[in-house]
Amino acid sequence: MITVTNLRKTYRQGERTVTALDDVTLSVPKGSIHGIVGHSGAGKSTLVRCLTLLDRPTSGAVVIDGRELTAVRDSEVRTARRRIGMVFQHANLMDSRTAAQNVAHPLELVKTPKTDVNRKVAELLSLVGLTEFADAYPSQLSGGQKQRVGIARALASDPDVLLCDEPTSALDPATTEDILTLIRSLTHTLNLTVLVITHEMHVVKRICDSVSLLERGRIIEHGPLREVVSQRGGSLGRSLMPLPAGTVGEGLPELELLLVGDTASAPVLSELTRRFDANVNVIAGTVETLGGSRFGRLRVEVDSPRPLSEITAYLEGAGVHVEVAA
Amino acid sequence: MSLFDDLFQNPGITEALPEEFLATLQMIGISGFFTLLVGLPLGIFLHASSPGGLRPMPVTNRIVSDVVVNITRSIPFAILMVSLIPLARLLTGSSIGPVAASVSLSIGAIPFFARLVETSLRDVSSGKIDAALVMGSTRLQVITKVLIPEALPSLISAFTTTLVTLVGYSAMAGIIGGGGLGRLAYNYGLQRFDTMVMVVIIVIIVAIVQVIQIVGDRLAQRVDHRTAATAGAGRSRRVRRQAAANDVVGV
Repeated sequence: MITVTNLRKTYRQGERTVTALDDVTLSVPKGSIHGIVGHSGAGKSTLVRCLTLLDRPTSGAVVIDGRELTAVRDSEVRTARRRIGMVFQHANLMDSRTAAQNVAHPLELVKTPKTDVNRKVAELLSLVGLTEFADAYPSQLSGGQKQRVGIARALASDPDVLLCDEPTSALDPATTEDILTLIRSLTHTLNLTVLVITHEMHVVKRICDSVSLLERGRIIEHGPLREVVSQRGGSLGRSLMPLPAGTVGEGLPELELLLVGDTASAPVLSELTRRFDANVNVIAGTVETLGGSRFGRLRVEVDSPRPLSEITAYLEGAGVHVEVAA
Repeated sequence: MSLFDDLFQNPGITEALPEEFLATLQMIGISGFFTLLVGLPLGIFLHASSPGGLRPMPVTNRIVSDVVVNITRSIPFAILMVSLIPLARLLTGSSIGPVAASVSLSIGAIPFFARLVETSLRDVSSGKIDAALVMGSTRLQVITKVLIPEALPSLISAFTTTLVTLVGYSAMAGIIGGGGLGRLAYNYGLQRFDTMVMVVIIVIIVAIVQVIQIVGDRLAQRVDHRTAATAGAGRSRRVRRQAAANDVVGV
């Protein structure tokens, strides 16, 4: 389990003081995957550097399984870092080492006996499905294979936390899928706590249990996927389940409906037609299963003799989130 | 006297040349050894102590970089060499001969090599260094397990370039008392207008440079795993030959 409390990071840029992280607080339960999304410049990289103590935060605490990482003295930073495995966007493997030697790298640092190293490396390579590539150099591997080696290396020191910084941003869609599946399954088998930093909503939808939105160094929305999507007026929900762009209605009043869980499958639209003598025309829609719940977002045109407010009230009563579109 | 007879009977070639050839090798060998011994750590220090390096030391870095390295490098080698004669006498007990000349050769080549080392190390991506730090490396481990191995191909190339430079320096050193092929060329070629000796010396020096360059390139290529083409030494030669063949036929 990882807890971040009131993390602040400021640095001086000439005369000005720049606040890169402003009071960031988040908590990820053991065995779950938390996504941190944000545009570039939102503070994602700074957050990663503070979590790995590559940069010391200005104030605040990072606690992993009850032990405060930020409280350790400089001389103990190296030991503390071994509790975090890190996966990078570009894998950052050593070109002069084979896949097996790359995975062995963290073990060499603490003088692990040779036989233990070999056993552990073989174990990890088979875990990521690269046993037959043990002696290949990174330049002979594909992007996805490199990332697998990177993941195996990150797990070599038996960390409690896996920190993934844009793990799939440099990969093609099919490889992205493979790597995400791997991260998901490793989280379960090794009971890891995983933090995924990304700008791809797709990654969040595929593997995250909960998510935080970082903007200008602050977390402005956060929560389990299900809650975040059903949040009214939340920009994260809209980014996770966007409506197809470029749909135009015929000038009738438009409503945007968010159907959550059971209501997503209830026949609210036919009910609407019957009760209000309305013609309902769907102009855009998307239905997805996120975090184990079904969600539907619909944009509809309504043509009814009854006032729109009555229709809205009815829908809200049925558990549908309604927004009147402009 | 025919050209061939001259080649095998000229005392400048038959008697003086072998000895001076060895003296030249000795100078390059000794100064090359000390340049590596001192220049490599100095280059590592320059890189590590630079702003944003492993252990930034702005003031010390400035002093070493600007004062020591740049000043030494900006003095023309001929002048540096003459001015270092007292130091050579102090260290070796003599101011002439290949061993004495190696002192000034080393001092001339060390800053040059250190700069090349620094540049090579700077090319190692910061992502690799971050990765090593996050897995719990000490600074020394970052140097020995990341910086040097990852930069090894370009470090070998840098040392090759330095050795080639030392061949040139050693000829200059020969003229002011170091001995070797430089002195032979000066004595026979310039003062006696003995063209044959001059030609032979030029051929030998070109050959020395070629050998150094070829061995250096081979070594650098063997340790280079950075691109798929060079990942296996045996295969890379084939690939390169194929590429060369393609160039010839314009593919």
